[in-house]
Amino acid sequence: MAYILIFITAIFVNNVVLSQFLGICPFLGVSKKVQTALGMSAAVVFVLTLATVVTYLLQKYVLDAFDLGYLQTIAFILVIASLVQLVEIVLKKVSPALYQALGVFLPLITTNCCILGVAILVADGTYNAQGLEPNLLTGVIYAFSTAIGFGLALILFAAIREQLALVNIPKGMQGTSIALIVAGLMAMAFMGFSGVDQGLASLFGL
Amino acid sequence: MKNFKILLNGIINENPTFVLLLGMCPTLGTTSSAINGMGMGLATLFVLICSNVVISALKNLIPDLVRIPAYIVVIASFVTLLQMIMQAYVPGLYKTLGIFIPLIVVNCIILGRAEAFASKNKPIPSFFDGLGIGLGFTLALTLLGMVREFLGTGKIFDLPVVPENYGMLIFVLAPGAFIALGYLIAIVNKLRKA
Repeated sequence: MAYILIFITAIFVNNVVLSQFLGICPFLGVSKKVQTALGMSAAVVFVLTLATVVTYLLQKYVLDAFDLGYLQTIAFILVIASLVQLVEIVLKKVSPALYQALGVFLPLITTNCCILGVAILVADGTYNAQGLEPNLLTGVIYAFSTAIGFGLALILFAAIREQLALVNIPKGMQGTSIALIVAGLMAMAFMGFSGVDQGLASLFGL
Repeated sequence: MKNFKILLNGIINENPTFVLLLGMCPTLGTTSSAINGMGMGLATLFVLICSNVVISALKNLIPDLVRIPAYIVVIASFVTLLQMIMQAYVPGLYKTLGIFIPLIVVNCIILGRAEAFASKNKPIPSFFDGLGIGLGFTLALTLLGMVREFLGTGKIFDLPVVPENYGMLIFVLAPGAFIALGYLIAIVNKLRKA
């Protein structure tokens, strides 16, 4: 049950964009249309889960084993950058249809800070594992649910922004300004979920 | 004189937060108080100046095809250096800023300046560009931190300004960051057009 709790908490209670402020750039940048938001979300789910597995293994079997913890930042960003390139090449060859859908978003993902952020949180074991031992399985579930949370926030936000295009907004507030205020209201709505995790934990008897 | 212009350009005309709208994650994530915002700004300033100078000094040695990975390695090395310095001398601030310190690596301001300015100019103008953009970022973060701290707790830089029970806690929490920055950008837009 604790796995389900990690899943729900990462999506709703500690949403990566709206309460942890990771991945704001794509959140503001590719949220003008629902269609592109869907593509970006799918790409993030895919790369984030994969990157977490690879960086976790790198931390455990290379950096920790040889006492190189201080190289974490450099090693992770290089691994993520090359992983994204690799995914791009493999996708192009294996599944051109998927590449068509995700292709343009892949290069953008390297500088998406939620990838590096979540990779570091999982490798350091400083995420909320709901009382379970932080290991590869809980880390991957956490990363996957975080990515779903990112996608949910991005798609909802894009849907609101599509409607905003039809509204008459004061000149100075147009563009990013009104988008940030909408995001603020969404964050406020998501704050309504706080406490749900504790409620569920006692319901599951954890 | 030319260097002074580059400096002012970074602070006002190309302010990374209010005009270029880059580096939004640390802007929103670390400005729950003025002092945190300023700490984050100064940390970014350090990395920005160092990476700008080194990249512009190495620009003739780096092949064009692999320039982005090369820039990332330079930036990541300075971030690692910064992590070590901060851990040693300001452990309190290091702990509060937490994950956002290693995330300076993926701050688009730094890679953006490396690509747009440092790779085309000499080390000294690049130094001033880094200083200007970094100061612009620090000022913006400090301002946002001050606004949020004042509205949220009634204090500025931890000094009480109005009695505590006038604070609106929401401005210290996540939604307040988005809303305060949204209104600040609207004000800056208005001022720039006037």
